[in-house]
Amino acid sequence: MTATPAGTARPSPAGTAPVLETEGLSKSFGPVRALRAVDFALRPGEIHALVGENGAGKSTLIKLLTGVHRPDAGTIRFAGDEVAFYRPADAQRAGISTVYQEINLVPLLSVARNVFLGREPRTRLGLIDTAAMNRAAAELVGSLGVDVDVTADLGRLGLGVQQMVALARAMSVESRVVIMDEPTSSLESREVTTLFGVARTLRERGVGLVFVSHRLDELWELCDRVTVLRDGSHVHTGPMAGLDRVSLVATMLGREVTEVVREGATGFGDTHRQSGEPVLAVSGVDVRHRLRDVGLSVRPGEVVGLGGLLGSGRSETVKAVYGALPVRAGSVRVGGRVVRANSVRHALRAGIALLSEDRKAEGIVPDLSVRDNIALAVLPKFSRGGLVSERRIDALVDTFIDRLRIKAASPAQKVRELSGGNQQKVLMARWLCTEPKVFLLDEPTRGIDVGAKAEVQALIDDLAGHGLAVVLISSELDELVEGADRILVLHDGSVARELTGEHKTTRELLAALAGGAERTEQVDE
Amino acid sequence: MSEGTRDTAAPPEPRAGRRPDADWIRRNGVYVALALLVLINVVATDNFVSENTLRLQLIQVTPVLIVALGMALVIGTEGIDLSVGAVMAIAAALVPLYIGYGTGFALGISVLAGALCGLLAGVLVGKVGVQPIIATLGIMVAGRGLANLFGGEIKSIRDPGFVELGSGTVFGIPYVVLIAAAVAALVWFLVRRSTYGRQLVAIGGNKRAAELAGLPVRRVLITTYVVCGLLAALAGVLLAARSQASDPTKIGLLVELSAITAVVIGGTPLSGGQVRIMGTIAGALLMQLITATLIFHDIPDSTAQIAQAVIVVAAVYVQLGRRRARR
Repeated sequence: MTATPAGTARPSPAGTAPVLETEGLSKSFGPVRALRAVDFALRPGEIHALVGENGAGKSTLIKLLTGVHRPDAGTIRFAGDEVAFYRPADAQRAGISTVYQEINLVPLLSVARNVFLGREPRTRLGLIDTAAMNRAAAELVGSLGVDVDVTADLGRLGLGVQQMVALARAMSVESRVVIMDEPTSSLESREVTTLFGVARTLRERGVGLVFVSHRLDELWELCDRVTVLRDGSHVHTGPMAGLDRVSLVATMLGREVTEVVREGATGFGDTHRQSGEPVLAVSGVDVRHRLRDVGLSVRPGEVVGLGGLLGSGRSETVKAVYGALPVRAGSVRVGGRVVRANSVRHALRAGIALLSEDRKAEGIVPDLSVRDNIALAVLPKFSRGGLVSERRIDALVDTFIDRLRIKAASPAQKVRELSGGNQQKVLMARWLCTEPKVFLLDEPTRGIDVGAKAEVQALIDDLAGHGLAVVLISSELDELVEGADRILVLHDGSVARELTGEHKTTRELLAALAGGAERTEQVDE
Repeated sequence: MSEGTRDTAAPPEPRAGRRPDADWIRRNGVYVALALLVLINVVATDNFVSENTLRLQLIQVTPVLIVALGMALVIGTEGIDLSVGAVMAIAAALVPLYIGYGTGFALGISVLAGALCGLLAGVLVGKVGVQPIIATLGIMVAGRGLANLFGGEIKSIRDPGFVELGSGTVFGIPYVVLIAAAVAALVWFLVRRSTYGRQLVAIGGNKRAAELAGLPVRRVLITTYVVCGLLAALAGVLLAARSQASDPTKIGLLVELSAITAVVIGGTPLSGGQVRIMGTIAGALLMQLITATLIFHDIPDSTAQIAQAVIVVAAVYVQLGRRRARR
């Protein structure tokens, strides 16, 4: 790899037979045609990006390849032979491993046990040979360049290490295909680097890797070829090298290239017209072990970006402001009036809203309808005598479904049936219903497709344009630089730098994130 | 933003692995089973289709039904209440002690006691953070003891108002059945229309999200256990009124099991987030009819209990199958 610069496709040996291949693969769920006659070929020794918007069929294709679902039509060939996987275990046994963003390992067992789960080396008595197992695991994990105590419980390690263990497991079962579904979405950049290193090692060994990610930058960094799906159909397969960002996005969206260029990389427009006194003024916020003396202020119409690496205290800052994290000291004022600390309800009443980064655990109520999810926070406001006013809620919900262009069969559809982007819009609608003065957005575009992303970004612009004070957390540099009027960079739980005006660039942001002072020349995109 | 360019954005991707048949069985299985069992009885049981049989079945189902309605609310919050049987016993034991002050007064005291038991459970669960099964198990054991302390042994109750409550009718429909119907309607209304009901379902569906949306989680939890305790007490009083006696060692024994079964086979998932009132009613009727069918055909009571156990396991299995498929 040293000779090849990252992002350049290694020419795959010509004439290499695909290790995994599909032909005319189709799958419908009820009336929805999720996949239409998709041809896909993965060669040994390549990292193949699989991209598309939510609903394009990526997940469905992966689920067919790994035996979670069975195709309605078409064939899957593995190592040249036609195969039918009835269960995920079949695919695993055949040599297809999957690394999900939510890891399916056993958190209470040691790293070594997880690597060898189900295939532990045995002593003559038939007991697990712990010493041999630990040795083998240490060797394996070490060969991936990961430094970790293999006897430690998996659950106590970071998410990145856990994914490395999942990869080690894939290697130990000698998988010929590894499918990585959004592996990086909750990793720190350092962990991502290690993960990519491991992926490249696997490629060297002739494993075919499928890589799914919403982070476009990563595709050029890691992948050799890319397949684009749109609306369940295959639209493009080709090398990453020579493919420019704009045309890839255009292919995914099915739009004209010129149009994308006009819109830029994000859905954000120009700077906002901020005015007047700060509507949100936070000072001296202190959370045990997490935050030290954090202060920030936001004026109406201003978007303040909050940058920082994982663990720097970005989410903790907004949670503390929102009263969802116990603070030891500090004050939060909205419109000059002090908000009672540690109370979500007081924060809400004062006009603060928080869109949590964890859509599933802290956002949606999956079994409730779109309508009930949107109206959740305003139920008391739309109730009289303890009874809900259905008509007023219907009107409100319709307005927001329309305004945010939420794609649902009807307001009565269960929210868990929606795509990630639409779920996110439902949550934004929930908070906008409360008519907030301050909107705290924690990773509002994480894990949603490109189209929805641009829409959410444009919406943030629009909200700021209407005088809302916005705090925007994002781990995407572009999003912060283009979306925010100024950026606060957090480090170890306190504000380390503020980037404004001409300093608000990707370069300087990177430098600030890395913690260096002005050594920007070393940082490159 | 330009209009019309976002049309490519996705029909919602269907969630993985949902088996529609399992879901359908969970939702509607109880109605099918009930209909089948009625049919079997119409054919195979003498005198099944008669006003008396019907009335008797309805009367007998009322205590379990009323308890199950409260239980459905608790299960909707992802909780469980094991103390309902003990609460029935406490309520029944208090009646003979206060009946001298008047029928209404005695009823009021009994129901109040039930509400207090619920309040205790609610505070333990909602405020202290004790697991529902532990909190209510404690109250179940202590409550039965308390009932024995109040009541001692069987006491017959001769108060005319109270006797009338248990055996009187309007247009041939027993009061107790009317009361149960009213309670069902009320709980249905609570779940569908009230702010409280909406919040309850949201809390059961995703507690953390509900907290972050500013919902009064503690208050809703406490209220739910109070309502459940109150309904259990009402069931205990009605049962005492019908038998014109109060036996604190027997009343409400194992009713928690019947109630939980009725709720679960009615399609309310133990994982919370949903409350199915019609299903619960059908579930209670089904349980009652199974017991009755076995009795009609001279099969001993112990067999009926085994049948009940089998149904619980089967119903929970269907639910687990659904949840596993959701992964």
